[in-house]
Amino acid sequence: MIAADLYTALPEIVLALFAMAALMVGVYGGKDKLAEPILWATAALMVMLALFVGSKGLETRDAFNGMYLSDAFSHFSKMVILLSAAVVMVMGQSYMVARGLLRFEYPILIALSVVGMMLMVSSGDLIALYMGLELQSLALYVVATMNRDSVRSTEAGLKYFILGALASGLLLYGASLTYGYAGTTLFAGIISTISEDGMSIGLLMGLAFMLAGLAFKVSAVPFHMWTPDVYEGAPTPVTAFFSTAPKVAAMALIARVVHEAFGVVPGDWSQIIAFLAVASMFVGAIAAIGQRDIKRLMAYSSISHMGFALVGLAAGTAQGVQGMLVYLAIYVTMNIGVFAFILTMSRDGKAVTDIDSLRQYSNAEPLRALALLVLMFSLAGVPPLVGFFGKFYVLWAAVQAGLTWLAVAGVIASVIGAFYYLRIVYYMYFGEETDPLDRVAAPVQGTLLVVSAAIMVLGVINLFGIEGLAALAAEALVN
Amino acid sequence: MLNLLSIITFTPAIAAAILAIFLRGEDEAAQNNAKWVALVATLATFAASLIMLIGFDPQDTGFQFVEEHDWIMGFTYKMGVDGISILFVMLTTALMPITIGACWNVTHRVKEYMIAFLVLETLMIGVFTALDLVLFYLFFEAGLIPMFLIIGIWGGKDRIYAAFKFFLYTFLGSVLMLVAMIAMYVDAGTTDIPTLLTHQFSTETISLAGWQIIGGMQSLLFLAFFASFAVKMPMWPVHTWLPDAHVQAPTAGSVILAAVLLKMGGYGFLRFSLPMFPVASDIFAPLVLWLSAIAIVYTSLVALMQDDMKKLIAYSSVAHMGFVTMGIFAANQQGLDGAIFQMISHGFISGALFLAVGVIYDRMHTREIVAYGGLINRMPVYAAVFLLFTMANVGLPGTSGFVGEFLTFLGVFQVNTWVAFFAATGVILSAAYALWLFRRVVMGDLIKASLKSITDMDRREKTLMAPLVVMTLLLGVYPALVTDIIGPSVTALVDGHALALQAHEAASQMAQN
Repeated sequence: MIAADLYTALPEIVLALFAMAALMVGVYGGKDKLAEPILWATAALMVMLALFVGSKGLETRDAFNGMYLSDAFSHFSKMVILLSAAVVMVMGQSYMVARGLLRFEYPILIALSVVGMMLMVSSGDLIALYMGLELQSLALYVVATMNRDSVRSTEAGLKYFILGALASGLLLYGASLTYGYAGTTLFAGIISTISEDGMSIGLLMGLAFMLAGLAFKVSAVPFHMWTPDVYEGAPTPVTAFFSTAPKVAAMALIARVVHEAFGVVPGDWSQIIAFLAVASMFVGAIAAIGQRDIKRLMAYSSISHMGFALVGLAAGTAQGVQGMLVYLAIYVTMNIGVFAFILTMSRDGKAVTDIDSLRQYSNAEPLRALALLVLMFSLAGVPPLVGFFGKFYVLWAAVQAGLTWLAVAGVIASVIGAFYYLRIVYYMYFGEETDPLDRVAAPVQGTLLVVSAAIMVLGVINLFGIEGLAALAAEALVN
Repeated sequence: MLNLLSIITFTPAIAAAILAIFLRGEDEAAQNNAKWVALVATLATFAASLIMLIGFDPQDTGFQFVEEHDWIMGFTYKMGVDGISILFVMLTTALMPITIGACWNVTHRVKEYMIAFLVLETLMIGVFTALDLVLFYLFFEAGLIPMFLIIGIWGGKDRIYAAFKFFLYTFLGSVLMLVAMIAMYVDAGTTDIPTLLTHQFSTETISLAGWQIIGGMQSLLFLAFFASFAVKMPMWPVHTWLPDAHVQAPTAGSVILAAVLLKMGGYGFLRFSLPMFPVASDIFAPLVLWLSAIAIVYTSLVALMQDDMKKLIAYSSVAHMGFVTMGIFAANQQGLDGAIFQMISHGFISGALFLAVGVIYDRMHTREIVAYGGLINRMPVYAAVFLLFTMANVGLPGTSGFVGEFLTFLGVFQVNTWVAFFAATGVILSAAYALWLFRRVVMGDLIKASLKSITDMDRREKTLMAPLVVMTLLLGVYPALVTDIIGPSVTALVDGHALALQAHEAASQMAQN
C-alpha cells in the first residue's frame, strides 16, 4: 500500500530528493562554482519529470487516503509548471551569471518551490494544500531577494513575505472554519457533507477566506498590491518565474478547491470569482497605462490576464476549467517570450527596463522587434494570434454559463489593455530615435522569443492540440 | 479547382512570407525586388479571382466554390462566395495591384511596407470569403494590425495619434460583436454561416435591468453587430476616426482604406444583420435610415469647410457610405442593389480620388487646398482625370456614382420619403464641395510660383488611373455588369427578409389572439 502511494507521488519525491542532494553537493562541493551544473541538471530533471507525468495521461489514482490526487487535471497542470519552470531557469541563466547573481541555491530553491506547486495541484486535502502552498511560497520569498546587495530586491522579498504571510493566515483561518463545519479536511469529505447537509454559513465563510488567501497568490484584485513592487524589485529571471509557473499552480489550486470541495454549490463561489475577475481585468488594464517600466507593466498585465483566467473559472463548468487551462498555457508561453526579451534589454552592459529605451528598436533588431510585436498583439488578444483563442475560450465558457455581462466586461477591459501593448509596438516602430539598446547576441533568449512568437502565429492552425488535452483534464476535475 | 478560394486568399500571404524570409538588404535593388514581388503576387491573385468570376453562376443563390475543413473547438475553416460577396473579392483583388503601384516611390522600409500590404490583402479577401463566424472575425480583426502599422510607420506628421485612434476605435467596436458571436454559437450550436442564415434567433421581448427590450435576443445581437459595422463603415456619429486615419495614412493606405476596408462594414450588414436578425433590422431600420440621412447632410457640410484635400475626400466618403446604409436598410431590391453598386463604385472612385491627391502631394508635399490653383495650365491630363472623378463623386449620370445613388434613392423612397428628401439635399451639397474643390485646385490662372514647374502625370500614374477611369465609365453606362451578378442573390435576401418578417408578424398575431 505504502509502495503504491509512494509510486503515485513519485515525481514530487524525486524532485524533492534531488533538491536536497543538490543542496548537499552545493554546500560541500564548491558553492557557486557548481551553480551552473546544478541549474542545468535541475532543468533537465524537470523536463524528464514533465515527460513522465505526461506519460501517465488519463490515469486517475489517489494516495495517502485521498490527500494526494493524481489525475489528468494535475498532470496537465504539472506539465505546464515543470516545462515553464525549466525554460525560465535556462533562459535566465546567462543574465544571472553576467550580474553575479547565480548562486547554487537558486536552482535548488526553484526546484523546491516547484515541488510545492506540484503538491498544490495534486492536493486532495486542506492540509496537503497548505503544505504545498507554503513550501512554494517560502522558496519564492527567498528567491525574490536573490540580489542581496540591492535594496529594491530585499524590499521586494520582504514585502512579498509579509503580505504573503497575511494571505496564508487568511487561508489557514478559512481552512480551519471549513474543517470545523465539515468535520473533515478531505475535499471528498467536504463535498459529501455539503451535498447531505447543505452549505452552512460557517462553510461559506471558510470558502470566502480561502478564496481570499488564494486570490493573493494569483494576484487577483483586490489582493494584488504586492505584484508590481515585487515584479520590479526582483531580478528579471525571478520575475519571469513569478509570472509563469506559480500563477498556473495557484490558479489550478483554486479550480481544484472550488470544484473538488465545493463543486455542488457553484452559485456560492462563482459570484466571488466573477468579482475577482472583473476587478482584476479592469485594474490590471487601467493601472498599466501609466507604467513606464516594462516589468511593472508586465505585472499589471499579469493581473489582467489572471482576471481573464478567472472568468473561465467563474463559469463553474467543465468548459470553464478547460478554457482556464488553455488560457494559462497560452499565457505562460507568451510571458516566456516577453521575458526572454526583457532579459536581453541592456544599455552599456547595464540592464534597463524603461520602455522608452525601446524607441526604434525595430531598426536595430528587425526580427526580434517583429517577434515582440507578435507577442504584444497576442497579449492584447487580437486575432489571428493565439492569445485571442485563449480569450475566446474563457468568454465562451462564461456566455454558456449565462454570465454574458462578465464576457462584455472582459472584452471592454481587453480594449483598454490593448492600449499599453500597442504603446510598446509604437516605441519599437514609430518612436523617435534615442540611445539605442545594446546589441546583444543572447542566442537562448533570442531563440525563445522568436519561438514563442512563432507559436502565437502557427497556433491558429490547431492550437497544437492543447484544447483536447485541456478538455480531458477539465473532465477529470469536473464531473 | 477545389480550393480556388484558398489560393486567391493566401497567394498574397505566401508572397509576404517569401519576402520576409528570403529578401535581404536595404539597397535599391532589394527594394525593387520587393515591389516587383508584391506586384506580381497581387496580379496573380487578380488573375485567379478572374477565373473565379468566370466560373461563377449568378443564378445560383447559394454559396459557390465552397471549401470546408475541421478546425479547433468545432469551428470550421469554411470558405465560399455568393452573389453578394464575389464582387467585393473582385474589388479587392483588382485594386491591390493599383495600390502597390501607388507606393512605387516609397523608399522607407520598402520590404516591410510590401509585406504589410500583402498580408492586408489576404485578410481583406478572407473577410469576404469566410463562411464561419469565427473565421470571419479572425480576418475582420486581424486587418487592424497591418493597417495600424501602415498608418503608424509610413504615415504623416500626426500618424501616432491617428494610428492609435484607428486601432482602439475599431477594436472597441468589434469586441462587442465577438460577445454576440459567442452568444450565437451558444444559441445555435454552430458557427457555420449558411446554417446560421437559416437559424431563427429568439425575438421574444426580454427585460434587462428593468428595460423591456423589444425584439429580445435578436435586438441585442443586432446592436452588438451594429456597433462593429457602424464604426467600420463609418456611420455618423462614430466616424471621427476616419478623417484622422485618412489624412495621416500614406496614399496607398488611404486608397485601400477608402476602397476596401470601409466596405467591410457594409458587407457585414448584408451578410449578418439583415438576414440573420430580420426582425431586429426591421425595428432599428428607421434609426439607421435617419442616422444615414444625418450623415449625408452633416458630413457633406463638414466637407465643404475643409482646407485639407484628403480630409475633404474622407468626409465625402462618410457621406457616400450614408447612401449605402440607407440602401441596405430600405431592405428592398432597389435599395440593396444600389447599396452594393454604390460600394463597388465608391471603391473605384474614392481610390482614384486619393490617388489623384497623391499625385500632386508627391510633387508639392502638401495637401492644403490653398497651396494649389490653376493646375490645368501645366497638367491637362491630370485636370481631365480629376474632373472625371469629381463628377463621378458628385454622381453625374454616365458615371458609376450616379447608378448607385439613384438606386438607393429609389429604394429608400418607397420606405421613407423624408429620409430620401434629406439625402437628396446631400447630393446638392456634394456637388458644391466637389466642384468647389476642383475649382480651387485645378481651375484659374497659375499664379503660385511654386507651381510653375509642376509636371503632368507620368506614365506610371497614367497606367494606375486608366483602369479606374475605364471601370467608372463602364459601370456608369452599363451597370448590368454588376446588377446581373448580384441580382439573384439580392432577390433571395430580400425575399428571405420579407418572409421572416411575415412569419414574425403572424406569430405575434397568433400570440395576441
